[in-house]
Amino acid sequence: MSEDELYSPRNPWFSISVGVTAAIAVLSAIVGLIWLPLLQPDLKLSGIWDAICSAAGVPNLPRPAAAVPPTFKTSNVVVTPEMLTRQDQVSIGRGATLAQRCAICHGPQGVSDANSPNLAGQYAAVTYKELNDFKTGARVNVVMSPFAANMTDQDMRDVALYYAYLPRVPSSQLNPGLPPPAIVVTGAPLRNIPPCGSCHGEIDIKAGSPWLGGQSAVYIKAQLQAFAAGTRRNDISEQMRNIARQMTAEEIDQVARYYEAQP
Amino acid sequence: MLINKRLILAHFWLAFIVFGAALVLGAWQMFERSPLNVWHLNPEFYYRSVTAHGTVMGYVFPTLIAMGFGYAISEAALERPLVGRRWAWAGIALVAIGSVVAMVPVSLGLASVLYTFYPPMIGNVFYYIGVVLVVVGSWIWVALMSINLAVWKRDNRDKPVPLAMFANVAGSYLWGWTAVGAALELIFQIIPTALGLTTTIDAGLARVFFSWTLHAIVYFWLIPTYIAYYTIFPRAIGGRLYSDAMGRVAFIMFVVVAMPIGVHHLFADPQVGAGFKFMQSVFTGLVALPTLLTVFTICASAEIASRLRGGRGAFGWIRALPWENPIMVATALSLVMLGFGGAGGLINMSYQLNTSIHNTQWVTGHFHLIFGGAIVIMYFAIAYDLWPHLTGRTLDSYGLMRTQLWLWFIGMIVTTFPWHYVGILGMPRRMAFYDYANPAISPQAFSVTMSAFGGLILLTSGILFLIVLVRGQFAPRGEAGAYTFAIPLHMPARLPVALNSFGLWLALMIGLTVVNYGYPIGQLMAVRNTSVPAVYVGASR
Ligand code: HEM
Ligand SMILES: [Cu+2]
Repeated sequence: MSEDELYSPRNPWFSISVGVTAAIAVLSAIVGLIWLPLLQPDLKLSGIWDAICSAAGVPNLPRPAAAVPPTFKTSNVVVTPEMLTRQDQVSIGRGATLAQRCAICHGPQGVSDANSPNLAGQYAAVTYKELNDFKTGARVNVVMSPFAANMTDQDMRDVALYYAYLPRVPSSQLNPGLPPPAIVVTGAPLRNIPPCGSCHGEIDIKAGSPWLGGQSAVYIKAQLQAFAAGTRRNDISEQMRNIARQMTAEEIDQVARYYEAQP
Repeated sequence: MLINKRLILAHFWLAFIVFGAALVLGAWQMFERSPLNVWHLNPEFYYRSVTAHGTVMGYVFPTLIAMGFGYAISEAALERPLVGRRWAWAGIALVAIGSVVAMVPVSLGLASVLYTFYPPMIGNVFYYIGVVLVVVGSWIWVALMSINLAVWKRDNRDKPVPLAMFANVAGSYLWGWTAVGAALELIFQIIPTALGLTTTIDAGLARVFFSWTLHAIVYFWLIPTYIAYYTIFPRAIGGRLYSDAMGRVAFIMFVVVAMPIGVHHLFADPQVGAGFKFMQSVFTGLVALPTLLTVFTICASAEIASRLRGGRGAFGWIRALPWENPIMVATALSLVMLGFGGAGGLINMSYQLNTSIHNTQWVTGHFHLIFGGAIVIMYFAIAYDLWPHLTGRTLDSYGLMRTQLWLWFIGMIVTTFPWHYVGILGMPRRMAFYDYANPAISPQAFSVTMSAFGGLILLTSGILFLIVLVRGQFAPRGEAGAYTFAIPLHMPARLPVALNSFGLWLALMIGLTVVNYGYPIGQLMAVRNTSVPAVYVGASR
């Protein structure tokens, strides 16, 4: 018995196995790619070729002009994990000069006494995004909007890198022993709230999420309320609005106090 | 004739040691997410643990069993020393090194991506490199198995390849080809992203590549079990194998259709067309055939053994089986679990029913029953059967062995039945936290608690198993004789070439892969702008 005999249509093992396999493949292709799709009126297929393309998964180009643009400005910043993570001495130096204008509210060391956000040690991508959103009008604030209006893209990068370079300073409420509220560590799955710590640190850090430790409780609470009420809406894809809307007033208080007490 | 006993023993010991460690993690996971655990504060530990447990149980443990058992089969069935002994040691070294390289970042929390990788989540690159090393180590085994077969064939033209070796090589080819999918995903997609060379990843394509591996990997896990059914069980109970050819046909069918059906893991994924999902469902249905053939053949072989011992009647013969024999107990319990698991599998494989259990705890319940239950219990049987031959010492704690096997069976039922049930109630899988105080979830609390107790039973059984093996290592010396495989009822002197070689079947396997996967993969590669930003896990704090 030689191998030649195996690969010959006269060998029943060969002809039956290849024949049956091919027949099943062809039959299932006809049923799956032609017959079943044509049975579905919802697909609105124009013919056999259309059925095959649809069932094979050829992407359908979206019909134009379907999207409804929002009536307000949304953030146009694209955040990537690498964004502004490299230290650049020249940029930091320029940022230090530019930041003198900010010191009156955000403090000379980037630490505020006036419940304005502390910027020292904040991720550069975060500061940059907020400045950009103030400039484009995606986020509105009577004090900040005019400051951002005249900044160039490079100015915003420089200031952001400068603040990221300053060391974090804990708040006067520092108490690292404070037990974290449940919403920070486990979220509330039934309300679709992931743990705060899965983006803002403790568990994980996701690009574009600010560091919250040492931030003023008044400020955190005001922002969560603004997200919940929809008066602040520069969060990409409503990430924070969806969460804040589901939080109870008590949880908002708890997280504000908790994060203020963190380093 | 087992010559390289230390090599084989090293595989089994390493396999069972990592199995023991991962078993502890599994039992802890059961407890952690049950209502017994009043409060836990860092869900991260759960995902770390699941990643480690899944990686060890899914990749390292069964691979080592297949390799070690494969070397044993090669020497015992071909009756000649293994060719490529040094390479075999290099293979196990790669598996061991790869496991350590992968487990360090997982333990540090730098790669809690779960064993299915889950792009766009990206963990520390060493996790993936470690997995690749494990696979490369196993590919050495794949090569050695086919080389050993070729060398034997050269000297034994026209003789039938012994069934055990035929099946063993079938399993190795299946694994060699099926691992390619995940290897492509790791090497061309995930590792470049983990190294920071790119910051985006085509998660849809990655999932398709993974599905290429995901279905047939379960048959790779299964094949040592099936080899034990066909070639150990009939001999161990003093009977004959009902049909040698039936075994060959079953293993051949696994080679041909086990792989190009993985899209049934992607029924809910939008990136694959419904037509290809249908085609692969049809072939999925086909893969039930070799299992049905096997169940039939094994039951017939058991009946032969029983009638030889004087069993009679339509069903009375079942009582006359040697129930005091651990291999008998293991095989029977394995078939029962295979039956329940197979029934669940019918639900998984049908497009519509699948939607009701997709991503629920049903799925974890299902694969624990089939894999942890039906398959692993036969790994125990294989070890019990081989041990006296490998150690040269007697292994006679039969009572302990039977207790261990029964405990594994009971534990598996107690763990997985409620596990399936909460899945039907809608409990999602892969979550560290369930709020059982919530009225919508509280009805699941009892079942999850029951599963957690089942986990403890399994852990007890696992410990007993290791105790039996250790005792075997220190028992008095005893000559176990040559290691043999079951003799078929009728052994034809010559076999059709088709049942004695692989060329045709490998060609069909690759051809079907092209038919079933070619277009979905090609299209995803051709379409632009399908990548999403990578989500780096455990990055800087
Ligand atoms: C004491 C016995 C065991 C217990 C209690 C146990 C428990 C668990 C649990 C709780 C998970 C996580 C499921 C989820 O979060 O969705 C898991 C995952 C897994 N287990 Fe086990 N396990 C046990 C034994 C085994 C055995 C014997 C195997 C196979 C040999 C195995 C294979 C796996 C695999 C591959 C995963 C990964 C699942 C995934 O990532 O979705 N387990 N196990
Ligand atoms: Cu599958």
